[in-house]
Amino acid sequence: MPEGTADILLIGYGNPGRLDDGLGPAIAARVAELDLADVTVDSDYQLTVEDAAAIAEHEVVIFADADAAGPEPFSFRPVEPQRGDGFSTHSIEPAAVLALARDLFNASTRGYILGIRGYEFNEFGEALSEKARANLHSALDFIEPRLRQRDFEPSAAGGDLHPTRGYATINGEQACATEST
Amino acid sequence: MVSTSDAKRIVIEPVTRVEGHGKVTILLDEANRVQQARLHIVEFRGFERFIQGRPYWEVPVLVQRLCGICPVSHHLCAAKAVDRLVGGESLTPTAEKMRRLMHYGQFFQSHTLHFFHLCSPDLLFGFDSDPALRNVVGVIQKHPDLAKQAVMMRKFGQEVIKVTAGKKIHGTGAIPGGINKNLSIEERDALLNDMDQMLQWSRGALRIARDYTLQHLEEVRDFGSFESNHLSIVRADGALDIYDGGLRAIDADGNRIFDHVGNQAYLEQIAEEVKSWSYMKFPFIRSLGPEDGWYRVGPLARINTCDFIDTPEADGARKEFMALTEGKPNHITMAYHWARMIETLHAAEKIRDLLNDPDLQGEDLVVKGEKRREAVGIIEAPRGTLFHHYRINENDQVVMANLIVSTTSNNEPMNRAVRKVAEQHISGNAEITEGMLNHVEVAIRAYDPCLSCATHALGRMPLTVELVDHEGKVIDRRAKD
Repeated sequence: MPEGTADILLIGYGNPGRLDDGLGPAIAARVAELDLADVTVDSDYQLTVEDAAAIAEHEVVIFADADAAGPEPFSFRPVEPQRGDGFSTHSIEPAAVLALARDLFNASTRGYILGIRGYEFNEFGEALSEKARANLHSALDFIEPRLRQRDFEPSAAGGDLHPTRGYATINGEQACATEST
Repeated sequence: MVSTSDAKRIVIEPVTRVEGHGKVTILLDEANRVQQARLHIVEFRGFERFIQGRPYWEVPVLVQRLCGICPVSHHLCAAKAVDRLVGGESLTPTAEKMRRLMHYGQFFQSHTLHFFHLCSPDLLFGFDSDPALRNVVGVIQKHPDLAKQAVMMRKFGQEVIKVTAGKKIHGTGAIPGGINKNLSIEERDALLNDMDQMLQWSRGALRIARDYTLQHLEEVRDFGSFESNHLSIVRADGALDIYDGGLRAIDADGNRIFDHVGNQAYLEQIAEEVKSWSYMKFPFIRSLGPEDGWYRVGPLARINTCDFIDTPEADGARKEFMALTEGKPNHITMAYHWARMIETLHAAEKIRDLLNDPDLQGEDLVVKGEKRREAVGIIEAPRGTLFHHYRINENDQVVMANLIVSTTSNNEPMNRAVRKVAEQHISGNAEITEGMLNHVEVAIRAYDPCLSCATHALGRMPLTVELVDHEGKVIDRRAKD
């Protein structure tokens, strides 16, 4: 399948009962509402090993998750398969599940992490914090054109990635656009 | 690697391949002898408060947010309590069988993942083997077929849940007094296509766990093991039943402490103790008191307490399991794995039988009766007995909720296991190695504790282990992500 026309899987994960931990499922729900062609959307409480089988059936996978300490409002970066010994819970990290897809299913799926900055995690509650909601909107504005164009390289859709750091750190749309153009 | 100094306190943080958040603290004296070893579980509090004021019919969905690891168990346990609130506890055959199918799917995927991806590295490579290989990476390298089986078995279990519970995050399958859908022929046939394979792989997994235990019997017999009481629900005829039944508790010799206790009367038999050093409560059997009344739950307890299993292959495996201890309760901590794989095969047999049951295509999905203001639901979650207790007001709002999760019941046993392994493998050694500390983790992992009920966001750590000297100074910490 030629690059740019691939089927895409977006997995938004987190616990919507833990305040900003629900950012992943929240963006998955928003993307699902867009009903984009060739984009499959899934959401779960956490990333798990069986996701490797679904990932192996797609050319591109985007892992959308809340980020407890990452840059604001979000970051977007490619992730390479990496076998890890950090299967510390029933959930696993994106690099490790990509490695499973590669090692067990001979997949060459390209992976990206969309880490949306969150702030409140340690209480029960179903609402995102105000700042997290703003970050969610920024992330959605960023990812939607890329999903439509099926292109996730730094120059895509306005080119607001931050190549010098090896991944996209989006500190606001204006700043990103300035840096990347 | 863990270093030592004049100071003598070990803290393991996080314990790897264990759910959620927690901390092990090992206190040494000046001669490196273990003085104290404790597992601290960082339990998020406030759920009972969070749920107060919410209408009761939302509870089966809301409680899934309690734990991202086993949402189905909370969903079904809450649903059983809410059934009573609406007077609908006598479900239609279609509703009960759909719920059971969901529950067996949850058991199948949970047990499988725990065994292959969290525990098998220790069993396949040894507790002291190279930590670079003693993980799922090593399993993939050495046993890629097993690693793939685990993924596909987990996927199958998730598919069962999907067709019975609906969406993964907003599962709404169980509703007050019933279920919101039946199983279509297409859904049934899709699952049946994989059924023989799942049964075959389940038999293989059971064989690995059984053979490991028998081949390493001298090594595991005393490893973190101790005599204890055991508790679970059992069916009216004494059969293993993970969805419904009365409470049965047995002592270390297998004598019944109580039997067929109705779910609504659990507080007459079970109480909870608070200890100053732990966030978690310590449940105990009232008649024995907090000192002697602690008990184990989960696969080992269930196999010990039940009289038989109502599927032939799993019951054959149970008989062999019980023969090892001549019919008396098995207290070997590492035998949790063998028991867990017996239950995995049982779940597969049950799923097969249910898929072939035409009741699953029935149309009668919901019943209702006379409303109540208070109700208890009890279910066997993969990790052990789960209690949900709710009270509502005249406006149908929850005014009281009390939950006892299985890891809470296993709190005291896990602490004893940690203490014993620390004494067996750490005490008196001049140098504390990674392999020694892994022994502690192996003992904890046997219980498959769910320390979760927590967030998992990027950058979050699940658990810590600390080494602390006799003056209270932390001299080492261990952490992996």
